[in-house]
Amino acid sequence: MTVYTATLQNGAEISYVDRKRWLWLLSVTYPLQALLGILFHHLSGQQAWLLLPLALSYILAPTLDWILGEDRNNPPEEVVPQLNEDHYYRYLTYAVVPLHFVALIVAAWWASTQNLNWWAYCGLAIIAGMGSGLGINTGHELGHKKSRLERNLAKIVLAVPAYGHFWIEHNRGHHRDVSTPSDPASSRMGESIYKFALREIPGAFKRACEIEVERLNRKGSAIWSYENEILQSFAITAVLQISLILAFGWQMIVFLMLHNFFAWWQLTSANYVEHYGLLRRILEDGKFERCQPHHSWNSNHIYSNLVLFHLERHSDHHAHPLRRYQSLRHIDDVPQLPSGYFGSYLLAYVPPLWFKIMDKRLLGLSQVAGDLNNVNIDPDRRRSLFARYGQTDLQQTTGGSQP
Amino acid sequence: MSSFRCPECGYTYSEELGDSREGYAPATPFAELPDDFVCPDCSVRYKEDFEQIVEQT
Repeated sequence: MTVYTATLQNGAEISYVDRKRWLWLLSVTYPLQALLGILFHHLSGQQAWLLLPLALSYILAPTLDWILGEDRNNPPEEVVPQLNEDHYYRYLTYAVVPLHFVALIVAAWWASTQNLNWWAYCGLAIIAGMGSGLGINTGHELGHKKSRLERNLAKIVLAVPAYGHFWIEHNRGHHRDVSTPSDPASSRMGESIYKFALREIPGAFKRACEIEVERLNRKGSAIWSYENEILQSFAITAVLQISLILAFGWQMIVFLMLHNFFAWWQLTSANYVEHYGLLRRILEDGKFERCQPHHSWNSNHIYSNLVLFHLERHSDHHAHPLRRYQSLRHIDDVPQLPSGYFGSYLLAYVPPLWFKIMDKRLLGLSQVAGDLNNVNIDPDRRRSLFARYGQTDLQQTTGGSQP
Repeated sequence: MSSFRCPECGYTYSEELGDSREGYAPATPFAELPDDFVCPDCSVRYKEDFEQIVEQT
């Protein structure tokens, strides 16, 4: 048992044991769930077992979140430096990188060699994609760090879901623009997840390319060169996915298209629930206020946080983007989702239900105070939402502008 | 020449060294960085948030 000790300013000694230390292994094994379905298919001969991971994510995970509830404990700040320097935690993020490759390769091999029904074939591709979507989460944790090793591992793991631009898009674009109308990765009130996806997926790619091209131009480097960090990751994707097609046949093209799309869809789902409707104020200098903890939705649900490297403590992450997952804190009085991410995704997939539950929560936030002028609203829904709530749109009356 | 530090994450821009990865040549004054410069490591602090930390002769 690892015990961290520190001395407080008043001279008192404190000690801290991370009760989740070994439970973080769940974040390492969770992306392997496609292999669990394959194992049960192999043992039983029933192709339906391949779909088991759907039940794990969308039935078991929300149920466990409901049963196990929330954890609002934080490590004492005095021991956080030790917690950050305990390399065990980062080794877990390193370990999961090759596992993402293994999961995709084994799923592709199984799909192409087992004479599956069409629904089992497509289902396995979708489930493999969901697993690789978790690779974006792994890349997210790694890509926020300063060390070259972690940044390179981020680019490598992001190659599995063919989302190599994420590292630049998220760190340099989303974190800069979060909870503003111009951010393609911040969802707006009245915007369904399906409409959001059509804005987010191309918008994020465009922003990443713009940021990287600007950097390469400053350096005087060619866009089509090894220095392009988007191309570095996509080059690995090309090698991986072309190899799978060569090894397992042209049917892999369908498999990989489904896989890639549903990996991206995992990120879209997360982005959708993380900042829905939240809006940073415009300051006197015309810039948006700095990102505050109340500009993200959170969940303290134990299980889904343990399989997502604490991603759901999102307020602390956006306020302090380099903070390591084991040290992320619960913050009082910040927006709270009704469930962990997997349960929240289910709500989001049924837009009327999502709007019914979340619009009420959004308007009830202290920084919103029921005023739609304090909300990031879908421009297409703006007029109708103001009319429905009987409020005056200050953008219309004052010609308000955005920076 | 001076250095400027991000108060959030500690990223330090040295005017003497510039930042080759970001495309800022050595001896580029902090004042000449773009007005929309944000911290290259955390992206949550703007140019005006940076703190001057070293004054060299």
